[in-house]
Amino acid sequence: MAYIAVGIAGVLGALLRYELGRWIPGSSDAFFPLATWIVNLSGCLVLSFLTVWFAQAKKIPPAVKTGLTTGWIGSYTTFSTFAVENVELLRNGHAAIALAYILCSLFGGLLMAGLGDWLGHRIFPASKEGSADVRS
Amino acid sequence: MSAPEWFIAFGGLLGALCRFGLSSYLKNKVSSPFPWGTFTVNLLGSLSLGILAGSGVAPSFYFFAGTGFMGAFTTFSTFKLDALQLGRRNERVTFVLYLAATYIGGILLAWLGYWAASTL
Repeated sequence: MAYIAVGIAGVLGALLRYELGRWIPGSSDAFFPLATWIVNLSGCLVLSFLTVWFAQAKKIPPAVKTGLTTGWIGSYTTFSTFAVENVELLRNGHAAIALAYILCSLFGGLLMAGLGDWLGHRIFPASKEGSADVRS
Repeated sequence: MSAPEWFIAFGGLLGALCRFGLSSYLKNKVSSPFPWGTFTVNLLGSLSLGILAGSGVAPSFYFFAGTGFMGAFTTFSTFKLDALQLGRRNERVTFVLYLAATYIGGILLAWLGYWAASTL
């Protein structure tokens, strides 16, 4: 069951990433890769929020939880595109932009994951600790 | 849906399933606080996408294998949540090591793949 959920949700995550990338301006220029950055950071926020929520949501089937976290958000965000965008920035001589992109992703991602976790505990105060096991 | 969307959908389906399969397998195989599953898919995917980007494949194939498959196979959100949870558990060395190894390793492998595919 989990594989079916992850597969279907994976399609939706990949398509959402593509569609957002088409609408966010500047995503095809040799400048700061805004589209991937927004996708990745928003995904961090949603994933840690869902993880806190699902850790105490007993009525939601495990396959649905795994589908939404590992499948949907896992496919929506991407690390390989981030890595290749940095390579292209460096090859085109935009080392400063690459460094800014890495730092904004490094600290921004952690910040958004922390924010999602905090929001989850605010909205669902019964759960004390965000558990990792719903993602596996 | 347009043609690119079909390619991305199919690639995304396979990429998500492969990530789930491989990272679950590694998680059960290796008992370590270091998130080997997510680390492995992210580095493997960065090398592969570098090769794809450097070799100048047809756009439709790039939509399938690059945007779809590798985009879904690798993940940024799970990587950050893993890191956050390492930090929470006070696994400071693993936290720093995981972040550094993923960023440095991922970009280096993407560069290596890109370079190899565009010059060899």
